[in-house]
Amino acid sequence: MNGPDVKKPDVKPDVNPSVAPGVRLGQVSFVWRPLIVFVTLLLAAATFLVFCVSIGVGDFPIGLNRVIATILGRGERVDEFVVMDLRMPRALAGLVVGIALGVSGAITQSIARNPLASPDILGVTGGASAVSVFLVTVSGGTATAIVSSVGLSAAALLGGLGTGLLVYFLAWRRGVDGFRLILIGISVSAVMEAITTWLLVTADIRDVAKAQAWLVGSLDNRSWGEVRIALWCTLVLLVVVASVAFQFKPMHFGDEIAAGLGVRYSMVRAVLLLCAVLLAAAAVSAAGPVPFVALVAPQVAMRLARCPTPPMVASGLVGALLLIGADLVARTALPISLPVGVVTAAIGGPFLVYLLVRANLR
Amino acid sequence: MAAQHIAEVEAGVGDTSRLAAKGVTVGYGGRIVIDELDVAIPPGVITTVIGPNGCGKSTLLRTLSRLLKPTSGTVVLDGDDIVKLRTRDVAKKLGLLPQAPVAPEGLTVSDLVARGRHPHQSWLRQWSSDDVAVVERALAMTGVSDLADRPVDSLSGGQRQRVWISMTLAQGTDLLLLDEPTTYLDLAHAIDVLDLVDDLHESGCTVVMVLHDLNLATRYSDNLVVMREGAILAQGHPRDVITAELLHEAFGLRAKVIDDPVGDRPLIVPIGRAHVQLD
Repeated sequence: MNGPDVKKPDVKPDVNPSVAPGVRLGQVSFVWRPLIVFVTLLLAAATFLVFCVSIGVGDFPIGLNRVIATILGRGERVDEFVVMDLRMPRALAGLVVGIALGVSGAITQSIARNPLASPDILGVTGGASAVSVFLVTVSGGTATAIVSSVGLSAAALLGGLGTGLLVYFLAWRRGVDGFRLILIGISVSAVMEAITTWLLVTADIRDVAKAQAWLVGSLDNRSWGEVRIALWCTLVLLVVVASVAFQFKPMHFGDEIAAGLGVRYSMVRAVLLLCAVLLAAAAVSAAGPVPFVALVAPQVAMRLARCPTPPMVASGLVGALLLIGADLVARTALPISLPVGVVTAAIGGPFLVYLLVRANLR
Repeated sequence: MAAQHIAEVEAGVGDTSRLAAKGVTVGYGGRIVIDELDVAIPPGVITTVIGPNGCGKSTLLRTLSRLLKPTSGTVVLDGDDIVKLRTRDVAKKLGLLPQAPVAPEGLTVSDLVARGRHPHQSWLRQWSSDDVAVVERALAMTGVSDLADRPVDSLSGGQRQRVWISMTLAQGTDLLLLDEPTTYLDLAHAIDVLDLVDDLHESGCTVVMVLHDLNLATRYSDNLVVMREGAILAQGHPRDVITAELLHEAFGLRAKVIDDPVGDRPLIVPIGRAHVQLD
């Protein structure tokens, strides 16, 4: 094939080219990729296991089989109270936030076609942080009223969403271009960070401590109320993402190829980007700005499933596994109890470095 | 053939042509690139658009493929205004290969070519046995079957271009628009890719492409569209179109047009300043 001496390719190939086989179930058909299915199932099983272990661990330890029995509705009365009322909100928050961040990261990285992109870059985290720190530190009539009426989580959600949309519209110039989005996102995030820092420097020291705790990202003291909002938001958004994900496939090759293959790429991108912003905002509202999960989860999922592009479902599961696992480590393995955000960065970072280095050595 | 061609073009043909631009004006943000242009693509032949840098060649191809929406005028595909067709329906009739496309790192050849089936798939029906057959045929036709498992980024430039053409073929259209398919390729690989384009034409495809190399355009096309400053300067069979005067008018190039020693087409010999011995 390397030169003009190769004549017309009219020879029948001896080897049957390895086009991926299809699977057909009634009217539904899809490409059969055993590795992705296997990795995804394995991740789902691991996530469920860590989820249950995380619920069982605490001052009143409950065995794994009893946790599972209780979740399935066949537990004892005492276990039911501890599992469902006391510990479930925290574990569920970890699951939902992890999935939301993982999927949001996968979308952002796919759209920007850049592995360094994450919802943090879309301004969501920066905006949510600035709004929350403002509400915590500026004690005054209005701020206190807002905190008590809508709650810090909801205010953070709105702050993140508002900033995300601002970045999106500033980046709009006859469609959204990946590089432009990243540049504007970084700039807006920097402004939000500056506001946050300024608020922290000028605020009362006790408020600063409170704000700082929120800024690291934590699953402590979650209530069913807070978790429920994030859970429903995430579920609805995942359905939307799943419905447009098929149209997104050709967009990994760029807008022109996608258009040539019949995809209305501006519309698909707008919907997905909005979903990414909303997912990240929902996550931030439930757990604060947990760092690194959205960045690292898609990259880890890609390498586990040997995919050239971030796989959505696997990315969400890696995010959940990372977040619940980090929370478990933060609560049990360390001498002092740390917020989960400290541990996600400490676990996620080295693991991504390991995967990258392993690829280099091969 | 050539004479009939010219007659058709002169008559402002629209009957036999499947793709045509009628009074099309296109621009980017206020700057007009193509002004009131008419062109009809004759079926079953290779049409090549040539012209100096910035004359609107690629813009014309992008407009014909619906990537750009004209500010006035219409592009007609099989009798319909292309802007009014659904994107997916256009993709079922017309395959497009843009300039220098990039695949995600690590993507295999067969997965890339398989993506060409996208216009024929839906959320529920993402893959069928028809798709397998079409993709295998597309791989075989472009001679990349034995590269099927290789990552696209590990291939040479010429092989990569074959793979992209293969993806466009898997789309299953008999109308192919190729924007500079030989960019970044050395001459040997360029010939290799153009031979493939000629195979596709032999198998019944209508091809429209943009090329920079005038001699390759002359050799491989049956219909040349010569553009300058957003308008068509000349159109027709290379034998009728390529003259020293036209080259000077279109490109400001001093050249001699001689008979091709190995073909039945004209050959352009550019006259620069270095080592020239004119009689």
